[in-house]
Amino acid sequence: MLELCGVSKRFAGAEVLRGVDLVAPAGVTTVLIGPSGCGKSTVLRLMIGLLAPDGGVVRFDGAEVGPRTVDAVRARTGYVIQDGGLFPHLTARDNVTLMARHRGWAAARVQHRVDELVALTRFPGDALGRYPVELSGGQRQRVGLMRALMLDPDVILLDEPMAALDPLVRAELQADLRAIFRALGKTVVLVTHDLTEAGRLGDTIRLMRDGAVVQSGTLAELVRAPRDEFVSHFINAQRSPLEGL
Amino acid sequence: MGPPRTTGRPVLTRALVLVALLGSSCARAPTGSDAARTPLRIGSKTFTESVILGEIAAALAQGHGQSVVHRRALGGTQIVFGALVAGEIDLYAEYTGTLTQEILRGVSDDAVPSALAARGIIMGPRLGFDDSYALGMKAERAAALGIARISDLAAHPELRFAFSNEFMDRADGWRGLRAAYQLPQRSVRGVDHEIAYRGLDAGDADVVDLYSTDPEIVEHRLRLLEDDRHHFPTYAAVWLYRDEFARRAPDTVAQLDAVAGRISSPAMTAMNLRAKRDRVAEETIAAEFIAHDLGAPPSANGTVAPRAPDGWLHALGQRTLEHLFLVSVSLLLAIVVAVPLGIAAARRPTLGRVILGLTEILQTVPSLALLVFMIPLLGIGEAPAIVALFVYSLLPIVRNTYAGLRGIPPSLREVATALGLGPGASLRAIELPLASPSILAGIKTSAVINVGTATLGALVGAGGYGQPILTGIRLDDVRLILEGAVPAALLALGVERIFDVVEKMVVPRGLRL
Repeated sequence: MLELCGVSKRFAGAEVLRGVDLVAPAGVTTVLIGPSGCGKSTVLRLMIGLLAPDGGVVRFDGAEVGPRTVDAVRARTGYVIQDGGLFPHLTARDNVTLMARHRGWAAARVQHRVDELVALTRFPGDALGRYPVELSGGQRQRVGLMRALMLDPDVILLDEPMAALDPLVRAELQADLRAIFRALGKTVVLVTHDLTEAGRLGDTIRLMRDGAVVQSGTLAELVRAPRDEFVSHFINAQRSPLEGL
Repeated sequence: MGPPRTTGRPVLTRALVLVALLGSSCARAPTGSDAARTPLRIGSKTFTESVILGEIAAALAQGHGQSVVHRRALGGTQIVFGALVAGEIDLYAEYTGTLTQEILRGVSDDAVPSALAARGIIMGPRLGFDDSYALGMKAERAAALGIARISDLAAHPELRFAFSNEFMDRADGWRGLRAAYQLPQRSVRGVDHEIAYRGLDAGDADVVDLYSTDPEIVEHRLRLLEDDRHHFPTYAAVWLYRDEFARRAPDTVAQLDAVAGRISSPAMTAMNLRAKRDRVAEETIAAEFIAHDLGAPPSANGTVAPRAPDGWLHALGQRTLEHLFLVSVSLLLAIVVAVPLGIAAARRPTLGRVILGLTEILQTVPSLALLVFMIPLLGIGEAPAIVALFVYSLLPIVRNTYAGLRGIPPSLREVATALGLGPGASLRAIELPLASPSILAGIKTSAVINVGTATLGALVGAGGYGQPILTGIRLDDVRLILEGAVPAALLALGVERIFDVVEKMVVPRGLRL
């Protein structure tokens, strides 16, 4: 569904991506993981056309992402960032329905979709009239997810969506997200630096380091057959202290 | 003193007048048959003597059946002469020295009439008195230091001079005087002429410039220093009027010219003292002078309307309307121009530096200079005042619009883009609402500053609260100054409150939680 071929990207002379080849298959959740600064968020921003590659090609459903196709790509893609990325001047409902209203959906159709999403994301319906500052971190993230799902996109991109949440809320949201992604069968690309999250949500994982993909596979494959010392080092560093008990 | 003798027009029609002013500067010369109906527009400078002379001209013309508009205390020499050349006024009283030394710099006395004629202006005969520049000191201080002549000042380099701003800048003023007498003083400040006297009384200044018919010479017990090297030129009072007016109303001009030689220096000083010390209205002084000294009865229909009991309130209401008109029109224009400029600046960094730089430069242009520059283009009245206020309103709004937009977290702008909002939709739905508190704060700053700056509008005949302030400074009348200053301050506070309400309506609730 999403594909990067030999993609490179520089910021102010520094090479952030160096010839990345990467595929996010349709209908599954692909996790991009790696230490800070490895370029995983840059990959996500290339996929939705917020950045253009300096070299190589980004493809969406077989077509190159460029100035002519980027609007169509964005129309078929939902995008969620850390803490939801909600617009503070809009209520939860207005954040969720912004694009539907922009596209001229009828009120009844908008309401019907909101009802579906509230049920899907288990968001308290009476909180829809609240502003982002009046919501908890977990609620903000659910609103961000509803906004991304509003137009029923084929692809959902999530950039460290749970980094700012406390562990209990995060675990609950992770469980809900997994259920939602399974139920919808969407193509999902999730960026995280948390191996536990990667394991819970990802069908397949891309481990990145210094602007390149080091290893691809399931979590089990990465643990059993680390390609190099960095991979085993990265995995061991995130082993839970609970495992030794 | 009565309310300013300008015609009271409703605010709404003023907008049309403004448009007309902005749109056309020609088609003003009326033809002969209109002569009686087309009013004689008299101007005067911001000092009492000029206003009294303007009132004398007004009373004489009215006595002759001519309708009159007197734009009192319009401004300094440049503004009033500029208004005459631009055809905004038909007549005012000028001094020969000012013509040779300031207006027509370098033109000899003989060549003055032809130089004026080239500008479509006629100089009438001399009115009689000579109001030349002079230096004055407190009489007792001059006696203590043994100073009687200007040349005596050279021996006292510690003396502090406070000169009118006009005197500081004029060729025959301080610069010429210093050279002619080799004066060594270093503490030389340019202040308002009326304020210089206060400095003298307070002991902050030792020497001031004077006009030889100033009532303050009597009031403040001053000693005039003898101009022993004959530096100061003669300042004989004359009428200046437009050629075109002389052709249109030759009888009125003959009536005015008949005053030639009949206003003596003592008579003028006495009239100045009547206005200043006794607080007699200039129009009353003029009427008395015409009745007693010229032996002519005041005009049949009476030039001076007695002040109605509600005159003060009426004047306040009129000024408030004028002031609000200046502030609101200039502010609206500024919003319409400055917000898009701020948006452009925020979107394009290079263009932004140019826009912000230019608006900053505009802000540094002194307001008086800006007003003078605009008289040839826009004449006098509301138009130049509104343009000046507009110019000064730009920077706070441009800067705050720019800052408000640049202050939006980049992640939110990216999300708007990623959601599929184009640049225009993102601006309308996301960026402007998020920047609205900052933009509104900029507009509020401009509005409050505007309320204060609009008092300068009185310098170019735009009315408003500046009118009583200027007159109050001129007449040394604190009550009159407060009549303008207090409502201006209250209006500024009111404007702040209004914007608090507007903020509640405009700024999205989510940003105020």
